[in-house]
Amino acid sequence: MTDMLAPAPAQTRPTGPATRRGAGRRLSAYLGVVPFLAFVTVFLLWPTYIVVTGAFQDDQGQFTMSNVEAVLSGPAYLDSFLVSIALSLVTAALGAVFGALLAWAVAEGRPDGLLRRCVVAASGVLAQFGGVMLAFAFLATFGFNGFITLLLADTLGIDPLSGGGWIYGFAGLAVVYTYFQIPLMLIVFLPALEGLKPQWREASDSLGGSGWAYWRHVGGPILSPSFAGAALLLFANAFSAYATAAALISQGSPLAPLQIRSALTSETVLGQANVGKALALGMVIVVAVVMTLYALLQRRTSKWLR
Amino acid sequence: MAAVTGRRSRSILRWLVLVVVGIYLLLPLLAMVEFSTRGAGGTRSLEAWRGIGEDDDLLDSILTSVELAALTVVGMLVLLVPTMTWVHLRVPAVRRIVEFICLLPLTIPAIVLVVGIAPIYAWVTYLVGDSPLTLTFVYVVLVLPYAYRAIDGGLGAIDIVTLSEAARSLGASWPQVLVRVIIPNIRGALISASVVSIALVLGEFTIASLLNFDTVQVVINLLGKRNAGIAVAVSVAALLFAFVLLVVVAYLEPRRRSAPDDETPATAPAVQEARA
Repeated sequence: MTDMLAPAPAQTRPTGPATRRGAGRRLSAYLGVVPFLAFVTVFLLWPTYIVVTGAFQDDQGQFTMSNVEAVLSGPAYLDSFLVSIALSLVTAALGAVFGALLAWAVAEGRPDGLLRRCVVAASGVLAQFGGVMLAFAFLATFGFNGFITLLLADTLGIDPLSGGGWIYGFAGLAVVYTYFQIPLMLIVFLPALEGLKPQWREASDSLGGSGWAYWRHVGGPILSPSFAGAALLLFANAFSAYATAAALISQGSPLAPLQIRSALTSETVLGQANVGKALALGMVIVVAVVMTLYALLQRRTSKWLR
Repeated sequence: MAAVTGRRSRSILRWLVLVVVGIYLLLPLLAMVEFSTRGAGGTRSLEAWRGIGEDDDLLDSILTSVELAALTVVGMLVLLVPTMTWVHLRVPAVRRIVEFICLLPLTIPAIVLVVGIAPIYAWVTYLVGDSPLTLTFVYVVLVLPYAYRAIDGGLGAIDIVTLSEAARSLGASWPQVLVRVIIPNIRGALISASVVSIALVLGEFTIASLLNFDTVQVVINLLGKRNAGIAVAVSVAALLFAFVLLVVVAYLEPRRRSAPDDETPATAPAVQEARA
């Protein structure tokens, strides 16, 4: 590795007697990746292995299907998955539509303008930094003593939101989740939108196409794989989100991640210790399916937007 | 004529979108400011904001989180920069594998990772103690996808092979190539990788809370049940801090108009598009 005599790396094909030395060097080159692999094995691959195998083990480490059966037959577990999926679908759809509109509105402006920079930075914060703090944001807005709740009660004397309790239900979760989905959509979709070449628009215009015709026949078809891919990413994002829901809902577990929380924290019934792992495996499967679809779509997207 | 009205209606629609979505995104933030400045009997007061400085648990947890962020950045850089440089230069065959591993945490939600890592942390605690700073290990894993993307973008933007060959032929050792040639050339990418890592660590709740470590988010969450005013005030401060960080990064990033899909590499969690 440290021989100073070899000036050039791989490209110069070693020939004849040098080949064996080349093979040895190639092997030693692989050693350079070992520290990285060792680290990710312990802190990423091994935990994943524990989840996947643990889902099929009982407390003594014997193979069993009882954890998986418990998840599939326990209505509370199954319902939490269904609610999580429904919530992710709704918020991915809302986030995708409004996020794409926002991205379009931002892309119409100057690329180096203050508006664009601020919106992108703020989106980064809200999409990935929020967590617990977003739950507080919505409690301060729509909670029992929230700004809007009090404002409506004071000025109109009405209480259409029934005192803020709705924020803890499905509708509340959907509103809060959409709040971080829109910024994520902007971050993911803006580059695709900016990949549209102005020449395409000009060509459409000069052929007499209306704005609608352009989006119907040119912009839309080019962007639709990106849009669908981004929506899938949003789905996975909402499905894996934990912090906001955990901060908002401290009792009961309507969502799959919250079921995992109670499985982890409540030292469940003996013999059920691995149900949490079966739940976790279920989440991995859902996210993996979605991300595979996403990767397939990305492959189509890159054809035009290069 | 048609073109003019078309442009005008486009502009109206644009502002309509900006205003409506803008209100939705800004209203909760303004409500937080309003909530955290409420005084007794309908007056305004900065009581809650002053309370931040007087809550020792909170200050301790902020210190812990800042230390964690610093350690995670160091760990991430030490783990990724030499490995990725080495892979680019010497073993391109494993590049796809390294990429796959680095992007894997996107497919494994934090709530799932914590289930699998809890038994491993029993060992970590046994070997190095139960300081919250041990979270560094799992946080380095958590920031891998974002850091990988930023650094990969940096390495892709320079001709790393020619640079390192030049340095090597002038007698530089591999560590010298790394420290004196590669790193100065990808400084921007390293800064954005670091800043995104800092933001992620300071905002992380799931793993810290379920492994029972008192980081700032965990303490804010507990505080919310006891003294909502202070919790909301800290949240506003933290969100503003993260915003400033990301604006600074936006100005640091080199502008490459020719490659629009590399514009926001660090903040974008979307990944595979470049090489899928």
